[in-house]
Amino acid sequence: MLKVENLKVNFGGIEAVKGISFEVKEGEIVTLIGSNGAGKSTTLRAISGLVKPSEGRIIFEGSDITKIGSSEIVGKGITLCPEGRRIFPDMTVLENIKIGAYLRNDDLTNDIEKCHRLFPILKERENQLAGTLSGGEQQMLAVARSLMSRPKIMMLDEPSLGLAPLVVKDIFNILKEINEEGVTILLIEQNANMALRLADKAYVLETGTIAMQGSGKELLDNPKIKEAYLGKKN
Amino acid sequence: MNINQLLQHALTGISVGGCYALIAIGYTLVYGILRLINFAHGDIFMVAGYFMIFSFAVMPFPVAIVVTLVGTTVLGILIEKFAYSPLRQAPRMSVMISAIGVSYLLQNLATYLFTALPKAYPAIPGLKQVIKIGDISTSLVTILTPIITILLVVLLLWLVNRTKIGMAMRAVSRDYEAASLMGIKLNQVISFTFAIGSLLAAVGSILYFTDRMTVFPFSGSLPGLKCFVAAVFGGIGSIPGALVGGFFIGICETVIKAIGLSTFSDAFTFIVLIVMLLIRPTGLFGEKNIDKV
Repeated sequence: MLKVENLKVNFGGIEAVKGISFEVKEGEIVTLIGSNGAGKSTTLRAISGLVKPSEGRIIFEGSDITKIGSSEIVGKGITLCPEGRRIFPDMTVLENIKIGAYLRNDDLTNDIEKCHRLFPILKERENQLAGTLSGGEQQMLAVARSLMSRPKIMMLDEPSLGLAPLVVKDIFNILKEINEEGVTILLIEQNANMALRLADKAYVLETGTIAMQGSGKELLDNPKIKEAYLGKKN
Repeated sequence: MNINQLLQHALTGISVGGCYALIAIGYTLVYGILRLINFAHGDIFMVAGYFMIFSFAVMPFPVAIVVTLVGTTVLGILIEKFAYSPLRQAPRMSVMISAIGVSYLLQNLATYLFTALPKAYPAIPGLKQVIKIGDISTSLVTILTPIITILLVVLLLWLVNRTKIGMAMRAVSRDYEAASLMGIKLNQVISFTFAIGSLLAAVGSILYFTDRMTVFPFSGSLPGLKCFVAAVFGGIGSIPGALVGGFFIGICETVIKAIGLSTFSDAFTFIVLIVMLLIRPTGLFGEKNIDKV
């Protein structure tokens, strides 16, 4: 469904992504894990058209989207739920949800209901300014907002960042639910443990290159991963 | 000063204030989206005056008004496309310098094309008609200006707060990147913002010059600066702020002239700017710093 071939991205004078290739198949949950500066966010930003790759190709459903602008990429069904949530703090919760469907002109009632079903707290806070929500609620809002464009593939950049473990668990459960409803998920995380448990397929990024890949379970059991990312000694 | 004179001056002040408010909104809107003080805005206002003079000479006045409004709007969009949009990734200072450049360009182009001599502004039929309310006599345009201003502001607030494009404008003004991740086309929203700002400046210019009766290449620079002060006073980025600021500057200026201190009226405006920046840099309704995300 989504294929990244030999992607290279320069970022602030350095080559942040040094030729990576990976594939996301329809219906899967794929995760990219790695430490700070490994190039994870830059990869997602390149896919969603926020930064232009210096080399390589990004193919979505058979067509090359490498040079397309971010607005059109959203239109094709790829959405990015950005790092740090980036909700619009001075709009209401409902407006934030609606703006996720900016490119759609059809009736949103069902989709809004769906968001409320997944995240009941957002219905309660509907008319509150989004900036007044707690971190976890903001993350839920960010996920709901991304869903409103009816994405085929949803990319999430560190949804667990700065959240309490219980909230992270909730959010991951909902990601699973979203995936079961047919949305492909590409997730990047530093919380390798949670991400690998959820993922069908995982790639490990180290300083701009893919160091390892396998199914989520394989990597969870891999002694090297255990030591480097899960904090367990053999 | 008796009560009639007072009312008379108040009315004039409100009228001038309305024009200022319309121009100040242009500063505020553009600042909200691009964080740019569009120093060419006052000159767009001046060019709108010339558009009216020349179109009025060859067409009936309703058509001339439409031509002026559309022409100014297009001018605003073109300036953004050529002078600001190529600098999207550049530091904000560069864009501001470009704005100052555009301002001088428009002034000098106007001087070159139309000479520096003031040109008579056409009298739109009806607008200069004298109206008597009790002992106060005034022209229709004086009464019409604040009404049109308030109507346009209500319309604009509705547009910004209730429509999809307004939502996009608010999103872009807060966070470029997050907005483009929603599928919002930045350039489209920015062009739209310049279009509205210039359109309001054109309306302001018709009302303002109908009262002043002449246009010359620098007639935009001082009103432009005053309206910039009005926008800062109200809190730049805030539409109600620009409205209040515009009326405040307009009324104060008229009052100062009325008590015989005409020479100081412009100085007063800039003292307002300095005082405001010292006590409350965000202005009356300015956004508090919520840079933390």
